[in-house]
Amino acid sequence: MTGPALLVVEQLSVDLPTPRGRLRAVDEVDLELAAGHTLGIVGESGCGKTMLSRAILQLAPRRARLSGRVLFDGRDLTRLDAEALRRLRGRSIAVVFQDPMTSLNPVLTIGRQLSETMREHLAIDGSAAARRAVELLAEAGIPAPEQRLRQYPHQLSGGMRQRVAIAIALSCEPRLLIADEPTTALDVTIQAQILDLLARERQRRDMAMILITHDLGIAAGRTDEVAVMYAGRIVERAPTARLFKAMRMPYTEALLAAIPKLDAPPHTPLPAISGRPPDPTRPFPGCAFALRCRCCAERCAEQKPALTPADAYRHQYACWHPINPIGA
Amino acid sequence: MPARRGRLIFWLAVGWIVVVGSAAIAADWLPLASPSDMDLLARRAGPSADHWLGADALGRDILSRLVFGARISLTVGLVAPLLGLVIGGTLGMLAGYFRGLFETLVVGGIDVLLAFPPLVLALAITTYLGQSVLNITITLGVLSIPALTRVARAATLTFAEREFVTAARALGASHGRILMRELLPNIALPLIAFFLLAVAVIIVVEGALSFLGLGVPPPAPSWGGMIAEGRDSLDTAPSIAFLPASTMFLTVLAFNMVGDRLRALTDPRPGAS
Amino acid sequence: MDGPLLKVRNLIVEHAVGGRTVHAVSDVSFEIARGETLGLVGESGCGKSSLGRAILQMTTLKAGFVEFDNVELTRLGSHPLRLMRRRMQLIFQDPIASLNPRRRIGDIVAEPLRIAGIAGRGARERRVRDALRAVGLEPDQVIGRLPHEFSGGQCQRICIARALVVEPELLVCDEAVSALDVSIRAQILNLLEEMKARYRLTLLFIAHDLAVVKAVSDRVAVMYLGRLCEVGPTEALYRAPAHPYTALLLEAIPVPDPEVRPAPSVPVGEPPSPLAPPTGCRFRTRCARADRSCAEVTPELSQIAPGRQVACHHPLIAVH
Repeated sequence: MTGPALLVVEQLSVDLPTPRGRLRAVDEVDLELAAGHTLGIVGESGCGKTMLSRAILQLAPRRARLSGRVLFDGRDLTRLDAEALRRLRGRSIAVVFQDPMTSLNPVLTIGRQLSETMREHLAIDGSAAARRAVELLAEAGIPAPEQRLRQYPHQLSGGMRQRVAIAIALSCEPRLLIADEPTTALDVTIQAQILDLLARERQRRDMAMILITHDLGIAAGRTDEVAVMYAGRIVERAPTARLFKAMRMPYTEALLAAIPKLDAPPHTPLPAISGRPPDPTRPFPGCAFALRCRCCAERCAEQKPALTPADAYRHQYACWHPINPIGA
Repeated sequence: MPARRGRLIFWLAVGWIVVVGSAAIAADWLPLASPSDMDLLARRAGPSADHWLGADALGRDILSRLVFGARISLTVGLVAPLLGLVIGGTLGMLAGYFRGLFETLVVGGIDVLLAFPPLVLALAITTYLGQSVLNITITLGVLSIPALTRVARAATLTFAEREFVTAARALGASHGRILMRELLPNIALPLIAFFLLAVAVIIVVEGALSFLGLGVPPPAPSWGGMIAEGRDSLDTAPSIAFLPASTMFLTVLAFNMVGDRLRALTDPRPGAS
Repeated sequence: MDGPLLKVRNLIVEHAVGGRTVHAVSDVSFEIARGETLGLVGESGCGKSSLGRAILQMTTLKAGFVEFDNVELTRLGSHPLRLMRRRMQLIFQDPIASLNPRRRIGDIVAEPLRIAGIAGRGARERRVRDALRAVGLEPDQVIGRLPHEFSGGQCQRICIARALVVEPELLVCDEAVSALDVSIRAQILNLLEEMKARYRLTLLFIAHDLAVVKAVSDRVAVMYLGRLCEVGPTEALYRAPAHPYTALLLEAIPVPDPEVRPAPSVPVGEPPSPLAPPTGCRFRTRCARADRSCAEVTPELSQIAPGRQVACHHPLIAVH
């Protein structure tokens, strides 16, 4: 990775108390991200990717217990007080969520929501904020931006709303953008436009971006590095090209295989992963994927594999029986 | 631990309702003095062996009057909202399911009913039709219809949009089947929760009517009437008014807590209870 | 047993929203042969769900007719229609919401049998158990429980069991796997194929994901803003799309292969609203090939190759 790390996550864990016991939503996650790079976090629902993004911002639910460190630009976010965190959020780190209808306030105009973030963090007055808002909307590809300022979220389509959410996120020139399933709720043609917008802005502003998605296709085309999560842990991480060419963790392989391919003929049976993700309230001593894995051996059920140190390709995986032996 | 304390209070509330209810039902067989016996030697007396809670200005046993008064309060308090539940619940469910003109008429009707000042209506009815438990019950029952219609309609609207209702329709289920088997089990709990809150309100309203002398006529004891009678003795024997007031307060509180607990059970949001 | 199982002709569905009309389905015609799976694909707002429900007579049609096994559904009274419903079933997108949260699974799966008046109690229970076992669930572990105790994938299996317990002939899947995780989605798709073979079903598979539709369909129909753009055998359609919209959709799909760079997206904005669809060809506002004739004359579905139809004045494939 070129350049110093902007974001370093060390052994981050999130525990949630539930009526059925303690739930480990995020389990000892390590991450590094430099400016100008996009990290994709891929996983299915319940794997902890959303909780991870919340935990990085120290926005986990009140009853959650965090351990580990989150270093942003050298400062440990877990040690900052509430006021310092508040100044950081929106200004240096911004988030785009999945559903713009709930992440935008339905009773405030677009203009108001855009300018309030700017006025909060940038100490500019109302008219300057309004001018800047129009610029941001135009940059986000929204036609007739002046009229949009007075409109409400429900008057815009899903794709437009997401553009507004992106404009709000980018309004204070953040150094890190976390996009949590930003296109899942959108049509595929709009999805492509939104992802292009994010990539363009990221490059223009030399931001770092974390792109959280369940779609391996999006991860393949839009990220520099991919981390695959399962049951709260990172089970494989590598630069994108390397991951898809030589995946080592059977879960990654199974996940990829389970996606219907556009070039496969119809009625090709899909190699589905049997079973279901493990119950997070019942910790399993071994690898969480063991019981569903085609390569499962005794050791897998007894001992939890740790992430290997990065090899020459900067590829790490957590598996006792990796596939694609070395040399491939 | 707040959850445990909440549960304790809930069961205390249930216990109180059970005690008051059983006492009211079994009043004739309990070893109580007659509520209308006037023991003129014990006027405004404090608690004693003869009168466990003392006696009122006319020497009547307060405990006995509380128990017999509970009959009135609970009868009206339970039957009137029950009327509202059956009629209002049905109307609301049908309105929320069928929509259209029927719904417009129902909603319009209950808006008109809601616009009537309730005490004035009660006053008018009791003046023209006379004061009796039946008339009071029917009046308050009719007055409780709008609120229950609204709750039923709102709950029905929520559930009628859900896919399991569409699925039932896709299976060819008749309207009656959908209403009874799909919707009713889902709206029952919020309706009952609201019903219990309505009970609490009606008890207070009946008490107010009795206090104003518009409720059940004497010599039948009622909590509101007892509070009214106790007004004259506030400086010498305040318990004559405070005892029925506290009993009413505790009963209303108990119904509120049980109703609230049930409502919280139906609310899927975490931390709502 | 010949002729198509389902014939749809000139179907028009409109909804009133506020004071305005949403043209959800505008003059759609197609057929599904017995034992075939027709994939109906399109983005949100194209009317595919409205079409599915209109076919099952769950919403009123403005015009057009639907023939199921040579019986005209739009003319049936409510009782004969209810009898017909036994032969056509629907699976929805949200599996958990499709189950009444207050009823037990055994009760829910038996409901279609009860509504249809089929079988006594013992026979019903047996059929429920068979259906649950067919979808891969252990009846004893499932029958007495409530929906919230199950995951999305399991709930969808229960919905499929409920649909199959009356042994229908046509199964309409309305975004049946869209709300499921990738690994569960693959399981349910495999299950649908298996059930199709076992119960000799005809499927109308409605979805927005082209890759998913390709995996299960024999023929595919592409829909845009209430109209069909093209219809044809799956392999041929995907390999060489005739309609520009189909090509646009195919290009936009993110391929899980980092070697394939995403095509630069068409900057020509948003789909128009179904409240005011463009005149003529509805796709013309986003089409690179559009000209004046596209605004003046609405293209109709016409045959360009055996089994392939396209509604376009300037299709990507020359007309034979």
